[in-house]
Amino acid sequence: MARVMVAMSGGVDSSVAAALACESNNEVVGVTLRLWGGESDSGCCSVSDVDDARRAANALGIEHHVFNLGDDFEKHVVSPYVEAHSAGLTPNPCIECNRHIKFDRLLNRAKSLGFDKIVTGHHARVVKRKDGTSRIARAKDEAKDQSYVLYMLHQDQISSLHLPIGDMTKDQVREKANSLGLRVATKPDSQDVCFITREKGRADFLGKRIPLTPGRVIDENGVEVGQVEAIELVTVGQRRGMLLAGGKEPRYATNVNIETATVTVGTPDQLLVKKTEFRDPIWSEKKIKGEFLVQTSAHGKPKQASVEDGLLTWEEPHPRVASGQSVVFYEADQVAGGAIVV
Amino acid sequence: MDIYLDHAASTPVREEVIQAMLPWLSEHPGNPSGSHRLAREARRAIDDARDNVAALVGADPGNVIFTSGGTESDNLAIDGVLGAKGGQAVCSATEHPAVLEPVRDSGGMIVPTDATGRIDLENLAALLDSIANISLVSIMMANNETGVINDLDMAADLIAEKSPGSVIHTDAVQATSWLDVAELSKKAHLISLTGHKFGGPKGAGALVLRDGVNLSPVIRGGGQERERRSGTQNVPAIVGLGEAARLIQDERSEVNKRVTKLRDKLENGLMKKISHTNCTVPNGTPRTPGIAHICFKDIENESLLFLLENQRIYASAASSCASGAQEPSHVLQAMGIDPKTAEGSIRFSLGRTTTEKEIECALEVIPKAVEQLREFG
Repeated sequence: MARVMVAMSGGVDSSVAAALACESNNEVVGVTLRLWGGESDSGCCSVSDVDDARRAANALGIEHHVFNLGDDFEKHVVSPYVEAHSAGLTPNPCIECNRHIKFDRLLNRAKSLGFDKIVTGHHARVVKRKDGTSRIARAKDEAKDQSYVLYMLHQDQISSLHLPIGDMTKDQVREKANSLGLRVATKPDSQDVCFITREKGRADFLGKRIPLTPGRVIDENGVEVGQVEAIELVTVGQRRGMLLAGGKEPRYATNVNIETATVTVGTPDQLLVKKTEFRDPIWSEKKIKGEFLVQTSAHGKPKQASVEDGLLTWEEPHPRVASGQSVVFYEADQVAGGAIVV
Repeated sequence: MDIYLDHAASTPVREEVIQAMLPWLSEHPGNPSGSHRLAREARRAIDDARDNVAALVGADPGNVIFTSGGTESDNLAIDGVLGAKGGQAVCSATEHPAVLEPVRDSGGMIVPTDATGRIDLENLAALLDSIANISLVSIMMANNETGVINDLDMAADLIAEKSPGSVIHTDAVQATSWLDVAELSKKAHLISLTGHKFGGPKGAGALVLRDGVNLSPVIRGGGQERERRSGTQNVPAIVGLGEAARLIQDERSEVNKRVTKLRDKLENGLMKKISHTNCTVPNGTPRTPGIAHICFKDIENESLLFLLENQRIYASAASSCASGAQEPSHVLQAMGIDPKTAEGSIRFSLGRTTTEKEIECALEVIPKAVEQLREFG
């Protein structure tokens, strides 16, 4: 019998993951991380989410603990998020939370407490390969697939991870929760960044921590065509949120220069690039070169590219990927690695 | 065997208390505000409890206001005095949140403490000199995390000299079990206490006044408790509180002697058996017998508590927030203890029912758990 620690956010996915871990005859303990003390719609952090997790654990008859990793979350997720925006980058806080909190601090704590594995409610699968290695693979429910945000996991982490709902569709997860009488069966999915509320938004959150700079919007000829309220909030590829004068064609941010507070806009064609530079690559087993399907955002469509040292060459021209975004390299439906765009 | 070392969080309800309460849960339906015989019975029961609480604090029974517990008593003391008198409230940085929050919310001042967590009298004096409209100063009798005892008499003399109109409130919630509250609070005007910290049930506490203190009520309605706290009294719990108050006085010195010995055994044993381990409170600081506050170097207290719970030893670290997570301790922060050290500290709190065997068992289990975590980390 394995001892497993289930990371329970209070949502339906991790509650059902805990239920399935129990059904597999494991010794199961539920843990909720308290990461964020500020405002939150939902996600992983509010007191009501901790209550939901506790109620789910009670319904399943397992022990439930709360770990306060708020300081680590601030240090490794929130502060870097703010700094990245300040530097004109596009950060992904969910990836940093997985990298530093769930699969570092929590996994290490679980090991130090004598647990064999941790279980999460991510929509992704762990697959065992012929050579004995394991990889993260796409979830059965393509629309909910979260393999992208798990690319940073090494072999030793993947082998300590169990993802019981990766073979289920979201509907099946909800049905399972319903059949178990879990109160969270109909709880809405969490959206966006857990430490930013939908009502107040990014601008309000960042504005309290860093000065936001109004910016100029220019076209490819350098002619000013509009303004943005905060240059720190503009991401390459974005279309909305810029006050543009004239022009019938949709125009996208093709470049963001934080020093001069200037956004360049252009047509979709002008957004296309042949190559994308990356840094800090992570590989599931070992470094590999060659052809991959490369995904550039959480739910983006993967595109064929060849991967070399620090450089992706797209088979077909690809819209520019914002600096700070993660690119994830897939072999068929398996994650082989990933990196951060320069 | 469960080894309960969290008496500062809550104590087991005493058997005598349960017996005293039972009839008021089962046989007597009366509302103490009513006029018929059954109502008068209930009224008499809470007035008997009032006498016991008054005796414990050395006050007039008419000045005992029953509340739902420590938090309500503290809130009523601060908001009630500010409501009646206006002015500003002052408290020390290591107070319970039930004091800190209303003081902060009303725009009051927080006085730093020294390295033991006791209010710094020089800082207090400077503050009293610099602000004219102080109306209330709140200084806890004993701290809930460390058990450290403030010198209330010295502080009260200072306040009487510098700010003679100020009312002095003391949160005696953690002190009631161990200290002669009547003697130590004789210069205070308002005293908070709660039953579940000394063998009574949860849900009944008291704010005790000295003569001449005016309070404006926080909870308004039927005018119970002499117009100072409305709402039908929680008769069974108040009866339990009264019984616990009666029992605690006679046995305090005997229990204190026994528990002090057990606590010293625990502290000395842990420091001897585990390297890089020390008491959080500096040697020689006056403190209650019940709390062993220990810093384990290179340990995360959440992890240690988890392993101890697996071995059925129950303690806590700092104070728990509403979610059940451990929050960084404002008390240790006020004492100038760095966050890393604070993160490795645990409060083992002993009580009247703690046995030698339990301490011996804890001394077997805790070193192994620390070793497991250090080996990994």
